[in-house]
Amino acid sequence: MASAGPGLESLVDQIISVITNDGRNIVVSPLFDLLIPSSSFLFLLSPILTRIALPPLRQGTLRGFDQATNIILDESHERVYSTREGVQQLVLGLYIIRGDNISVVGEVDEELDARLDLSKLRAHPLKPVIH
Amino acid sequence: MGPAFPPNPAHNNMLFFSYFKELVGKEVTVELKNDLAIRGTLHSVDQYLNIKLENTRVVDQDKYPHMLSVRNCFIRGSVVRYVLLPQDGVDIDILHDATRREARGG
Repeated sequence: MASAGPGLESLVDQIISVITNDGRNIVVSPLFDLLIPSSSFLFLLSPILTRIALPPLRQGTLRGFDQATNIILDESHERVYSTREGVQQLVLGLYIIRGDNISVVGEVDEELDARLDLSKLRAHPLKPVIH
Repeated sequence: MGPAFPPNPAHNNMLFFSYFKELVGKEVTVELKNDLAIRGTLHSVDQYLNIKLENTRVVDQDKYPHMLSVRNCFIRGSVVRYVLLPQDGVDIDILHDATRREARGG
């Protein structure tokens, strides 16, 4: 028999992106991203932003998993896709997702992710999984 | 006449588990039950038929930009609808023999 468990060891402490069976996309990455919707927006806000105390930068990661693919995410947020506006990011924080509800766990390439302009990305939300 | 299905579902999977292990290193497309199709190099498979792919890209990236920054991923076996295999990854004769042996109960 093969070793028990889904073999997610290589993804522990990495930045990951999870797609759940109900079609949500949950990502762990620096919270700082959330504060910068776009560079032009930042320019408009810069006089204000300097007066706001920024939260400390905390890198989110995959904290743990088990043989049923239950996973623990730290500093997670949800990326909400829509066709009307760019991707919205909702802060979720510490999240435990039951394995039954997980479709895909992907390793995020930070360089590629930094190049994405989420404010311009439009798409239908993913469909829920139908068994 | 024997039972239509082997009594142990875990045993039922072993044939496909062994089969997919033979495909490691080959390029496959995995279609999920949410219609997302992901193409990549098969890195590993386990007894639940969970699949790990490398150098992944989503087949229709314009429609599904949700994984644009993902290059390696784990796919839970329970959400896989199809695995599209490379032409040279299918040996019909061996599969035929193996499935017949399986149907006879080992």
